[in-house]
Amino acid sequence: MNTQEYITASCSISNHIVYKNGIQVFEKKFTALSEFLDAAYLHFDIQYPRFYKMDNLSKLGFLGVEVLLKDDFRPAGYEAEETGLVLANASASLDTDLKYYGTVYSIPSPALFVYTLPNIMIGEICIRHNFKGENAFFVFKQFDATFMEQYVSNLFGNQLLKTCICGWVELLEEGHKLVLFLIEKEKRAQSVPFMVENLRNIFLNGAA
Amino acid sequence: MDKLMSDLKKQIIVQLNLRDVKPEDISDDQPLFVEGLGLDSIDALELIVLLQQEYKIKLSNAEDGPKVFQSVRTMADYITAHQAQKV
Repeated sequence: MNTQEYITASCSISNHIVYKNGIQVFEKKFTALSEFLDAAYLHFDIQYPRFYKMDNLSKLGFLGVEVLLKDDFRPAGYEAEETGLVLANASASLDTDLKYYGTVYSIPSPALFVYTLPNIMIGEICIRHNFKGENAFFVFKQFDATFMEQYVSNLFGNQLLKTCICGWVELLEEGHKLVLFLIEKEKRAQSVPFMVENLRNIFLNGAA
Repeated sequence: MDKLMSDLKKQIIVQLNLRDVKPEDISDDQPLFVEGLGLDSIDALELIVLLQQEYKIKLSNAEDGPKVFQSVRTMADYITAHQAQKV
């Protein structure tokens, strides 16, 4: 059991609802996913015009990190190289791949083409927050809490990171599910140990 | 020319997803890249697509790009010159 690191915050987005630490903070039902993402951006009063240029997967990951770090994160406490990002999903960038494929018969869209890799989402988040630590993107059939705990623990164990955002950012057409965890060495109020069981419980139930 | 520049401003906003920008925010001679409207290299490619889609103009020489896409006015000049050649 590894109790050196803690899950200090979480964010979940599914079924057009956004949760922060298990508490609902935004909802916009009965809209297209793209409208929901844009509405959430406006709701949280994020000033980042580049958001509108992103594909839906990047928008989802971007919003998840914004909500995850809102109020909880103290970037001044970390060097840029000490913050990592480890994400995974099942559909990689297929949502945008298909949209791009739809343009190749006329004039291929450069703006879509640049998002035909899922790790572009990580790049967008790193640019926004100036993260320069280790990052990785994995494609699995489903969220693998055991793998995630081991991989991220290894980064901490090798002194590569002092904080890490990890989790699941899945999106294909209208389907979407995001669960992100903020992992830190410092214990805080309401934090729980960074353990497989806690990752799994938060992923499934929104709370450890 | 004014009508063409007005159309271009609207088309640039749509093509580049500049949701926070209004046509009146873009002046005719404002630089489009870096210190002006802040467009990047992918936006430059999208502007080439815009010329192709809306005006059936293919930018034959990539080295012309920086001159053509300097501002809305230079884009309009380029389009006008090409349309005159076709007549």
